[in-house]
Amino acid sequence: MTRWLPSPVLSAALLVMWLLLSQSIAPAQILLGAAIALAAPLLARPLRPLAPAPFRKPWVLARLLFMSMVEIVRSCFNVSRIILFKSRGVESQFIRIPLDLKDPYGLALLSCLINSTPGTVWVEQLPGSNDLALHVFDLHDEQWWIDTIKTRYEQPLIEIFDHE
Amino acid sequence: MTPELDTLPVWVSLPVTLLLLLGSAIVLIGALGLVKLPHFFQRIHGPAITITLGTGAILVASMIYFSALQSRLVIHEVLITAFIMLTAPVVAMLIMRTAVYRDLRARERGKTPPAVKDGEASEVYPFSTKKSLSAKK
Amino acid sequence: MTALLSLAIDITLLSVILAMLLCMIRLLLGPTAQDRVLALDTLWMCAMLLALALGLRFASIIYFEAAMLIALTGFVSTVALTKFLMRGEVIE
Repeated sequence: MTRWLPSPVLSAALLVMWLLLSQSIAPAQILLGAAIALAAPLLARPLRPLAPAPFRKPWVLARLLFMSMVEIVRSCFNVSRIILFKSRGVESQFIRIPLDLKDPYGLALLSCLINSTPGTVWVEQLPGSNDLALHVFDLHDEQWWIDTIKTRYEQPLIEIFDHE
Repeated sequence: MTPELDTLPVWVSLPVTLLLLLGSAIVLIGALGLVKLPHFFQRIHGPAITITLGTGAILVASMIYFSALQSRLVIHEVLITAFIMLTAPVVAMLIMRTAVYRDLRARERGKTPPAVKDGEASEVYPFSTKKSLSAKK
Repeated sequence: MTALLSLAIDITLLSVILAMLLCMIRLLLGPTAQDRVLALDTLWMCAMLLALALGLRFASIIYFEAAMLIALTGFVSTVALTKFLMRGEVIE
Protein backbone atom coordinates (compact mmCIF):
# COMPACT_ATOMS: atom_id res chain seq x y z
CA MET A 1 0.00 0.00 0.00
CA THR A 2 2.56 2.59 1.07
CA ARG A 3 4.99 1.25 -1.47
CA TRP A 4 2.79 1.73 -4.52
CA LEU A 5 0.62 4.54 -3.22
CA PRO A 6 2.86 6.77 -1.10
CA SER A 7 0.39 9.61 -0.73
CA PRO A 8 -3.26 8.82 -1.43
CA VAL A 9 -4.39 12.44 -1.15
CA LEU A 10 -1.94 13.60 -3.81
CA SER A 11 -3.02 10.76 -6.10
CA ALA A 12 -6.69 11.63 -5.68
CA ALA A 13 -5.93 15.28 -6.41
CA LEU A 14 -4.05 14.34 -9.57
CA LEU A 15 -6.94 12.16 -10.76
CA VAL A 16 -9.44 14.96 -10.16
CA MET A 17 -7.13 17.40 -11.96
CA TRP A 18 -6.91 15.16 -15.01
CA LEU A 19 -10.68 14.67 -15.15
CA LEU A 20 -11.25 18.42 -14.86
CA LEU A 21 -8.70 19.14 -17.58
CA SER A 22 -10.18 16.65 -20.03
CA GLN A 23 -13.72 17.62 -18.94
CA SER A 24 -15.20 14.15 -19.14
CA ILE A 25 -15.71 11.14 -16.93
CA ALA A 26 -15.49 8.58 -19.73
CA PRO A 27 -13.89 5.29 -18.59
CA ALA A 28 -10.88 5.86 -20.84
CA GLN A 29 -10.17 9.20 -19.24
CA ILE A 30 -10.54 7.72 -15.75
CA LEU A 31 -8.06 4.99 -16.71
CA LEU A 32 -5.55 7.52 -18.05
CA GLY A 33 -6.00 9.72 -15.00
CA ALA A 34 -5.52 6.78 -12.66
CA ALA A 35 -2.30 5.86 -14.47
CA ILE A 36 -1.01 9.41 -13.99
CA ALA A 37 -2.17 9.47 -10.37
CA LEU A 38 -0.25 6.26 -9.70
CA ALA A 39 2.88 7.06 -11.67
CA ALA A 40 3.47 10.72 -10.84
CA PRO A 41 3.91 10.38 -7.04
CA LEU A 42 6.19 7.37 -7.52
CA LEU A 43 8.36 9.19 -10.05
CA ALA A 44 8.41 12.38 -7.99
CA ARG A 45 9.22 10.66 -4.71
CA PRO A 46 13.02 11.09 -4.99
CA LEU A 47 12.46 14.84 -5.36
CA ARG A 48 10.58 15.06 -2.08
CA PRO A 49 12.87 15.92 0.82
CA LEU A 50 10.45 14.95 3.60
CA ALA A 51 8.02 12.14 4.17
CA PRO A 52 4.42 12.96 3.22
CA ALA A 53 2.57 14.80 5.95
CA PRO A 54 0.22 12.66 8.01
CA PHE A 55 -3.36 13.69 7.39
CA ARG A 56 -4.74 14.32 10.85
CA LYS A 57 -7.72 16.20 12.20
CA PRO A 58 -9.43 17.21 8.94
CA TRP A 59 -12.05 19.17 10.89
CA VAL A 60 -9.52 21.48 12.46
CA LEU A 61 -7.94 21.99 9.04
CA ALA A 62 -11.31 22.71 7.40
CA ARG A 63 -12.19 25.22 10.12
CA LEU A 64 -8.81 26.90 9.76
CA LEU A 65 -9.18 27.17 5.98
CA PHE A 66 -12.71 28.54 6.22
CA MET A 67 -11.65 31.06 8.86
CA SER A 68 -8.74 32.26 6.75
CA MET A 69 -10.99 32.56 3.69
CA VAL A 70 -13.31 34.87 5.63
CA GLU A 71 -10.24 36.75 6.81
CA ILE A 72 -8.97 37.10 3.20
CA VAL A 73 -12.24 38.64 2.02
CA ARG A 74 -12.42 40.95 5.03
CA SER A 75 -8.88 42.24 4.70
CA CYS A 76 -9.36 42.63 0.93
CA PHE A 77 -11.99 45.27 1.64
CA ASN A 78 -9.78 46.82 4.32
CA VAL A 79 -6.82 47.13 1.95
CA SER A 80 -8.92 48.51 -0.89
CA ARG A 81 -10.44 51.10 1.45
CA ILE A 82 -6.97 52.20 2.50
CA ILE A 83 -5.75 52.39 -1.11
CA LEU A 84 -8.74 54.45 -2.18
CA PHE A 85 -9.14 56.87 0.68
CA LYS A 86 -6.07 56.94 2.89
CA SER A 87 -2.89 56.28 0.98
CA ARG A 88 -0.86 58.93 2.84
CA GLY A 89 0.35 58.23 6.32
CA VAL A 90 -0.24 54.48 6.33
CA GLU A 91 2.03 52.93 8.88
CA SER A 92 3.56 49.91 7.18
CA GLN A 93 6.13 48.12 9.26
CA PHE A 94 8.06 44.97 9.77
CA ILE A 95 7.19 43.13 12.93
CA ARG A 96 8.78 40.16 14.63
CA ILE A 97 6.67 37.28 15.85
CA PRO A 98 8.06 34.46 17.98
CA LEU A 99 6.78 31.10 16.77
CA ASP A 100 6.32 27.83 18.61
CA LEU A 101 5.53 25.82 15.50
CA LYS A 102 8.39 23.57 14.39
CA ASP A 103 6.97 21.23 11.76
CA PRO A 104 8.08 22.18 8.20
CA TYR A 105 4.65 21.39 6.70
CA GLY A 106 2.96 23.47 9.35
CA LEU A 107 5.31 26.37 8.69
CA ALA A 108 4.71 26.08 4.94
CA LEU A 109 0.95 26.14 5.42
CA LEU A 110 1.22 29.06 7.84
CA SER A 111 3.29 31.06 5.36
CA CYS A 112 0.82 30.33 2.56
CA LEU A 113 -2.16 31.41 4.67
CA ILE A 114 -0.44 34.60 5.86
CA ASN A 115 0.73 35.49 2.37
CA SER A 116 -2.68 34.89 0.80
CA THR A 117 -4.21 37.35 3.21
CA PRO A 118 -3.84 40.82 1.70
CA GLY A 119 -2.07 43.26 3.97
CA THR A 120 0.47 40.85 5.39
CA VAL A 121 3.55 39.37 3.72
CA TRP A 122 5.82 36.82 5.31
CA VAL A 123 9.45 37.83 4.83
CA GLU A 124 11.50 35.07 6.38
CA GLN A 125 12.21 33.03 9.42
CA LEU A 126 15.04 34.91 11.04
CA PRO A 127 18.23 32.86 11.04
CA GLY A 128 19.32 31.57 14.40
CA SER A 129 15.91 31.82 16.01
CA ASN A 130 12.38 30.61 15.50
CA ASP A 131 11.13 34.13 14.95
CA LEU A 132 9.11 35.23 11.98
CA ALA A 133 9.61 38.52 10.17
CA LEU A 134 6.31 39.82 8.88
CA HIS A 135 5.48 42.95 6.95
CA VAL A 136 2.12 44.50 7.82
CA PHE A 137 0.45 47.05 5.55
CA ASP A 138 -1.57 48.94 8.12
CA LEU A 139 -0.13 48.51 11.58
CA HIS A 140 -2.24 49.85 14.40
CA ASP A 141 -1.26 47.65 17.27
CA GLU A 142 1.69 45.33 17.13
CA GLN A 143 0.58 43.19 20.05
CA TRP A 144 -2.82 42.61 18.43
CA TRP A 145 -1.14 41.17 15.32
CA ILE A 146 1.11 38.91 17.36
CA ASP A 147 -1.86 37.62 19.36
CA THR A 148 -3.97 37.10 16.24
CA ILE A 149 -1.30 35.14 14.41
CA LYS A 150 -0.52 33.05 17.45
CA THR A 151 -4.05 32.15 18.51
CA ARG A 152 -5.95 32.08 15.23
CA TYR A 153 -3.38 30.57 12.89
CA GLU A 154 -0.63 28.95 14.87
CA GLN A 155 -2.73 27.17 17.49
CA PRO A 156 -4.73 25.02 15.02
CA LEU A 157 -1.57 24.28 13.04
CA ILE A 158 0.23 23.09 16.16
CA GLU A 159 -2.81 20.93 16.88
CA ILE A 160 -2.65 19.43 13.38
CA PHE A 161 1.06 19.03 12.78
CA ASP A 162 3.08 19.22 15.98
CA HIS A 163 1.03 16.64 17.83
CA GLU A 164 3.57 14.12 19.01
CA MET B 1 -23.91 40.07 -28.03
CA THR B 2 -24.24 36.36 -28.52
CA PRO B 3 -27.81 35.12 -28.97
CA GLU B 4 -27.60 32.40 -26.28
CA LEU B 5 -27.34 35.10 -23.64
CA ASP B 6 -31.08 35.75 -23.83
CA THR B 7 -31.87 32.29 -22.50
CA LEU B 8 -30.20 32.93 -19.15
CA PRO B 9 -32.64 33.21 -16.25
CA VAL B 10 -32.43 36.17 -13.91
CA TRP B 11 -31.19 34.17 -10.93
CA VAL B 12 -28.10 33.29 -12.96
CA SER B 13 -27.38 36.61 -14.60
CA LEU B 14 -27.84 38.66 -11.44
CA PRO B 15 -25.10 37.01 -9.33
CA VAL B 16 -22.81 36.84 -12.37
CA THR B 17 -23.27 40.57 -12.93
CA LEU B 18 -22.63 41.40 -9.29
CA LEU B 19 -19.54 39.17 -9.10
CA LEU B 20 -18.15 40.65 -12.30
CA LEU B 21 -18.64 44.20 -11.06
CA LEU B 22 -17.00 43.35 -7.72
CA GLY B 23 -14.10 41.60 -9.43
CA SER B 24 -13.45 44.38 -11.89
CA ALA B 25 -13.58 47.02 -9.16
CA ILE B 26 -11.11 45.07 -7.01
CA VAL B 27 -8.74 44.49 -9.95
CA LEU B 28 -8.77 48.18 -10.73
CA ILE B 29 -8.17 49.17 -7.10
CA GLY B 30 -5.26 46.72 -6.85
CA ALA B 31 -3.59 48.18 -9.94
CA LEU B 32 -4.27 51.68 -8.63
CA GLY B 33 -2.52 50.75 -5.40
CA LEU B 34 0.45 49.52 -7.41
CA VAL B 35 0.79 52.95 -9.00
CA LYS B 36 -0.32 55.20 -6.18
CA LEU B 37 1.34 53.90 -3.02
CA PRO B 38 4.60 55.67 -2.22
CA HIS B 39 6.92 52.88 -1.12
CA PHE B 40 7.78 49.45 -2.49
CA PHE B 41 6.95 47.57 0.69
CA GLN B 42 3.49 49.14 0.57
CA ARG B 43 3.08 48.54 -3.15
CA ILE B 44 3.51 44.80 -2.68
CA HIS B 45 0.14 44.70 -0.89
CA GLY B 46 -1.73 46.25 -3.83
CA PRO B 47 -1.64 43.28 -6.24
CA ALA B 48 -2.48 40.90 -3.39
CA ILE B 49 -6.13 41.96 -3.50
CA THR B 50 -6.15 41.65 -7.31
CA ILE B 51 -4.88 38.11 -7.02
CA THR B 52 -7.16 36.88 -4.25
CA LEU B 53 -10.55 38.54 -4.38
CA GLY B 54 -10.52 39.96 -7.93
CA THR B 55 -9.45 36.73 -9.56
CA GLY B 56 -11.71 34.72 -7.27
CA ALA B 57 -14.82 36.74 -8.09
CA ILE B 58 -14.25 36.63 -11.85
CA LEU B 59 -13.51 32.89 -11.77
CA VAL B 60 -16.68 32.13 -9.79
CA ALA B 61 -18.69 34.32 -12.17
CA SER B 62 -17.22 32.43 -15.12
CA MET B 63 -18.10 29.10 -13.49
CA ILE B 64 -21.74 30.06 -12.90
CA TYR B 65 -22.06 31.61 -16.37
CA PHE B 66 -20.75 28.66 -18.35
CA SER B 67 -22.62 26.12 -16.21
CA ALA B 68 -25.87 27.90 -17.00
CA LEU B 69 -25.01 28.52 -20.63
CA GLN B 70 -24.16 24.91 -21.42
CA SER B 71 -26.66 23.47 -18.91
CA ARG B 72 -24.02 21.16 -17.46
CA LEU B 73 -21.50 21.53 -14.68
CA VAL B 74 -18.48 23.49 -15.99
CA ILE B 75 -16.11 23.79 -13.07
CA HIS B 76 -12.67 23.50 -14.63
CA GLU B 77 -12.00 27.07 -13.49
CA VAL B 78 -11.40 25.42 -10.11
CA LEU B 79 -8.03 24.37 -11.53
CA ILE B 80 -6.94 27.98 -12.09
CA THR B 81 -8.22 28.93 -8.64
CA ALA B 82 -6.29 26.13 -6.98
CA PHE B 83 -3.16 26.90 -8.97
CA ILE B 84 -3.26 30.59 -8.10
CA MET B 85 -3.99 29.89 -4.45
CA LEU B 86 -0.89 27.68 -4.39
CA THR B 87 1.46 29.96 -6.31
CA ALA B 88 0.49 33.50 -5.29
CA PRO B 89 1.90 33.20 -1.72
CA VAL B 90 5.14 31.76 -3.07
CA VAL B 91 5.50 34.60 -5.56
CA ALA B 92 4.74 37.23 -2.92
CA MET B 93 7.31 35.79 -0.54
CA LEU B 94 9.96 35.52 -3.28
CA ILE B 95 9.48 39.14 -4.37
CA MET B 96 9.57 40.32 -0.76
CA ARG B 97 12.76 38.47 0.00
CA THR B 98 14.34 39.74 -3.21
CA ALA B 99 13.50 43.30 -2.23
CA VAL B 100 14.85 42.87 1.30
CA TYR B 101 18.03 41.24 0.05
CA ARG B 102 18.66 43.87 -2.59
CA ASP B 103 18.11 46.70 -0.13
CA LEU B 104 20.57 45.12 2.27
CA ARG B 105 23.14 44.63 -0.46
CA ALA B 106 22.72 48.18 -1.71
CA ARG B 107 23.32 49.45 1.81
CA GLU B 108 26.39 47.31 2.27
CA ARG B 109 27.89 48.86 -0.84
CA GLY B 110 27.36 52.28 0.67
CA LYS B 111 24.69 53.42 -1.72
CA THR B 112 21.47 54.49 -0.10
CA PRO B 113 18.44 52.64 -1.44
CA PRO B 114 15.54 54.81 -2.63
CA ALA B 115 13.71 54.22 0.63
CA VAL B 116 16.18 56.23 2.65
CA LYS B 117 16.07 59.15 0.27
CA ASP B 118 12.33 59.41 0.78
CA GLY B 119 12.86 59.83 4.47
CA GLU B 120 11.37 56.45 5.32
CA ALA B 121 14.47 54.82 6.69
CA SER B 122 12.46 52.84 9.23
CA GLU B 123 11.09 50.79 6.34
CA VAL B 124 14.42 49.22 5.52
CA TYR B 125 15.17 45.78 6.79
CA PRO B 126 16.42 44.82 9.40
CA PHE B 127 13.51 46.43 11.09
CA SER B 128 13.46 48.74 14.03
CA THR B 129 10.96 46.59 15.87
CA LYS B 130 12.83 46.67 19.14
CA LYS B 131 12.86 50.45 19.08
CA SER B 132 9.21 50.83 18.19
CA LEU B 133 8.20 48.24 20.76
CA SER B 134 10.10 49.94 23.54
CA ALA B 135 8.81 53.30 22.38
CA LYS B 136 5.25 52.08 22.68
CA LYS B 137 5.66 50.45 26.04
CA MET C 1 -31.24 41.75 -17.25
CA THR C 2 -29.24 40.35 -20.16
CA ALA C 3 -28.39 43.87 -21.25
CA LEU C 4 -27.07 44.50 -17.75
CA LEU C 5 -25.02 41.31 -17.87
CA SER C 6 -23.42 42.18 -21.19
CA LEU C 7 -22.73 45.66 -19.86
CA ALA C 8 -21.05 44.12 -16.81
CA ILE C 9 -18.87 41.95 -19.04
CA ASP C 10 -17.83 45.01 -21.04
CA ILE C 11 -17.05 46.89 -17.82
CA THR C 12 -14.91 43.98 -16.68
CA LEU C 13 -12.98 44.00 -19.95
CA LEU C 14 -12.45 47.73 -19.75
CA SER C 15 -11.30 47.76 -16.13
CA VAL C 16 -8.92 44.85 -16.67
CA ILE C 17 -7.38 46.70 -19.63
CA LEU C 18 -7.15 49.86 -17.51
CA ALA C 19 -5.46 47.87 -14.75
CA MET C 20 -2.97 46.56 -17.32
CA LEU C 21 -2.22 50.12 -18.38
CA LEU C 22 -1.59 51.11 -14.74
CA CYS C 23 0.74 48.12 -14.39
CA MET C 24 2.54 49.28 -17.52
CA ILE C 25 3.05 52.69 -15.93
CA ARG C 26 4.64 51.09 -12.88
CA LEU C 27 6.67 48.79 -15.12
CA LEU C 28 8.14 51.70 -17.05
CA LEU C 29 8.40 54.05 -14.07
CA GLY C 30 9.40 51.69 -11.25
CA PRO C 31 12.50 53.00 -9.53
CA THR C 32 13.90 49.60 -8.56
CA ALA C 33 14.10 46.25 -10.27
CA GLN C 34 11.79 44.59 -7.75
CA ASP C 35 9.12 47.15 -8.57
CA ARG C 36 9.32 46.11 -12.17
CA VAL C 37 9.10 42.42 -11.30
CA LEU C 38 6.05 43.06 -9.14
CA ALA C 39 4.42 45.06 -11.94
CA LEU C 40 5.21 42.32 -14.44
CA ASP C 41 3.67 39.69 -12.17
CA THR C 42 0.51 41.76 -11.80
CA LEU C 43 0.50 42.22 -15.56
CA TRP C 44 0.51 38.43 -16.03
CA MET C 45 -2.41 38.12 -13.62
CA CYS C 46 -4.35 40.80 -15.47
CA ALA C 47 -3.60 39.09 -18.79
CA MET C 48 -5.09 35.89 -17.38
CA LEU C 49 -8.17 37.79 -16.24
CA LEU C 50 -8.39 39.40 -19.69
CA ALA C 51 -8.44 35.96 -21.30
CA LEU C 52 -11.22 34.88 -18.91
CA ALA C 53 -13.23 38.02 -19.59
CA LEU C 54 -12.85 37.50 -23.35
CA GLY C 55 -14.15 33.98 -22.83
CA LEU C 56 -17.22 35.43 -21.10
CA ARG C 57 -17.67 38.04 -23.84
CA PHE C 58 -17.64 35.55 -26.70
CA ALA C 59 -19.27 32.75 -24.66
CA SER C 60 -16.49 30.36 -25.57
CA ILE C 61 -14.67 27.84 -23.40
CA ILE C 62 -11.53 27.87 -25.54
CA TYR C 63 -10.24 30.92 -23.68
CA PHE C 64 -9.99 28.88 -20.49
CA GLU C 65 -6.96 27.02 -21.85
CA ALA C 66 -5.31 30.31 -22.72
CA ALA C 67 -5.93 31.64 -19.21
CA MET C 68 -4.52 28.47 -17.68
CA LEU C 69 -1.35 28.65 -19.78
CA ILE C 70 -0.89 32.34 -18.99
CA ALA C 71 -1.16 31.59 -15.26
CA LEU C 72 1.41 28.78 -15.54
CA THR C 73 3.97 30.73 -17.57
CA GLY C 74 3.47 33.81 -15.40
CA PHE C 75 4.39 31.90 -12.28
CA VAL C 76 7.48 30.37 -13.85
CA SER C 77 8.72 33.65 -15.28
CA THR C 78 8.25 35.54 -12.03
CA VAL C 79 10.11 32.89 -10.07
CA ALA C 80 12.96 32.96 -12.59
CA LEU C 81 13.15 36.76 -12.46
CA THR C 82 13.22 36.95 -8.66
CA LYS C 83 15.80 34.21 -8.53
CA PHE C 84 17.91 36.13 -11.01
CA LEU C 85 17.63 39.33 -9.01
CA MET C 86 18.65 37.57 -5.81
CA ARG C 87 21.49 35.43 -7.02
CA GLY C 88 22.50 36.76 -10.40
CA GLU C 89 21.75 33.46 -12.08
CA VAL C 90 18.67 31.32 -12.48
CA ILE C 91 20.02 27.80 -12.22
CA GLU C 92 22.84 27.33 -9.76
